[in-house]
Amino acid sequence: MSMSKLKSKGISHETQVTEISQEHIDYLHQVKMEKILVRVIQILIFGLALLLWEICANAKIVDPFITSQPSRVLNTIVRLYEEGVLFKHIGITCLEALIGFVLGTIVGTIIAIMLWWSEFLCKVLEPYLVILNSLPKIALGPIFIVWIGAGPPAIIVMTLAISLIVTVLEVLNGFLTIDQEKIKLVHTFGGTKLQVLTKVVLPASYPTIINALKINVGLSWVGVIVGEFLVSKAGLGYLIVYGGQVFKLDLVMTSVIILGVAAAVMYQGVVYLEKFLVKNKA
Amino acid sequence: MKPVVEVHNLGMKYQSLNGEITALKDINFSVRDGEFVSIVGPSGCGKSTLLSIISGLITSTSGSVLLSGEKVRGTSQKIGYMLQKDHLFDWRTIYQNVMLGLEIRKNVTSSSKKHAIELLKTYGLYEFKDKYPNQLSGGMRQRVALIRTLVTDPQILLLDEAFSALDYQTRLVVNDDIYDIIKKENKTALLVTHDISESISMADRVILLSKRPGTVKNIYEINLNSEKRTPLSSRETLEFRHYFQEIWKGLDVHV
Repeated sequence: MSMSKLKSKGISHETQVTEISQEHIDYLHQVKMEKILVRVIQILIFGLALLLWEICANAKIVDPFITSQPSRVLNTIVRLYEEGVLFKHIGITCLEALIGFVLGTIVGTIIAIMLWWSEFLCKVLEPYLVILNSLPKIALGPIFIVWIGAGPPAIIVMTLAISLIVTVLEVLNGFLTIDQEKIKLVHTFGGTKLQVLTKVVLPASYPTIINALKINVGLSWVGVIVGEFLVSKAGLGYLIVYGGQVFKLDLVMTSVIILGVAAAVMYQGVVYLEKFLVKNKA
Repeated sequence: MKPVVEVHNLGMKYQSLNGEITALKDINFSVRDGEFVSIVGPSGCGKSTLLSIISGLITSTSGSVLLSGEKVRGTSQKIGYMLQKDHLFDWRTIYQNVMLGLEIRKNVTSSSKKHAIELLKTYGLYEFKDKYPNQLSGGMRQRVALIRTLVTDPQILLLDEAFSALDYQTRLVVNDDIYDIIKKENKTALLVTHDISESISMADRVILLSKRPGTVKNIYEINLNSEKRTPLSSRETLEFRHYFQEIWKGLDVHV
């Protein structure tokens, strides 16, 4: 929504300003310089932190056995790659997170639609939703393992358990805050409830659903890692737990760093999806 | 002439946990073909409820509404409803917004599409048809909202405080604009408003409702000495002030 406003402002701006004044050029230049400065400092902080880490470890100011160090992390990645297991672990974790994420979003939205459709159902289920929302879903882990068995399916169910209720509540809340007058408008044309859903409620909730997606990305990773801590024989969560147990902090640090990169990539994917959807919807 | 809208002994009660509220009581009036009728009354007197009942959105608890002699049961294709705000959908282009009513009624045909394009052309919005609502001014948006209603070819237009969301200057212009369109398209109109000047400036008759429970207190025939009547020119006539005084007294406002 905010993108569309920016876009329209941009258009009106261009049409108004036919010749660009020196002040405007200066202004644009200033904005650009600030953007570059922010990026440079960001990179500097990252580089300096790595450098400091490396130097402190080499000078034995910190014990690299406990803190690891950038060169050891790099070596670990290379070693994992040479052993041919690097992409296997990354792949399994990403796949589990992705499936959990997509399922959580789709099933959550469908449940939200059902609750919106029937106010009665919503009233009946409310206390259950409240309990499920406040319950720490991790407590359900052992139950899932016993019921489903140790393996990726249990991990995906764990991910679902963590992200589903939040999605339902978030999307339902979006549905309920839609201007009642817009719904009345559809009714004045003799529209049915299904038409209210498809013509108003769903399209108006795009921003809410995208927001739910953003929250879900984070929650899916929590679900996957918790799941892998509990049951798995492969994946980044498994590497972290295994590394901790055998005191290989290099492996733990490496896995955490890869995890951070993977989560950021997935989040960025949602941001691109948002831009794509918003562009097509004004 | 035969009335297009007849309201007989209409009553409306709302139920709530705190008791029963009588919103409307014994309402009787009729609207002739091509007539412009305003309904004014103190806030909370049930003006909007009355429109909702006429449009078939809600059912009255007593009495009946007839449209060209036919009893109202649910929403009717004869009626076009204009809400307080334009409620154009941000995610649809102007053209797609205009087509909304036709889509809902599953009435999108090549001739209805042509009709929509013609209306957009006639009322100066054709070049904006692929733009989005947030690129249009408030007055233009209201005009798009009217076209969205007109394209479904209603016989009767119900305007529910249709101008009150606009700022005063825009409102005067849009009054003229919409009045002109309604007359040109030869529609019967029923306007609900709390603005006395607006009600007189546009209407052939003004119906005054009492405070809750709303009932018809008085009906004023508006005869203005204006050569080519528009809402704006109506405001300049001598009689305007006279009607204003009379309705103001009838409203009996106490703060």
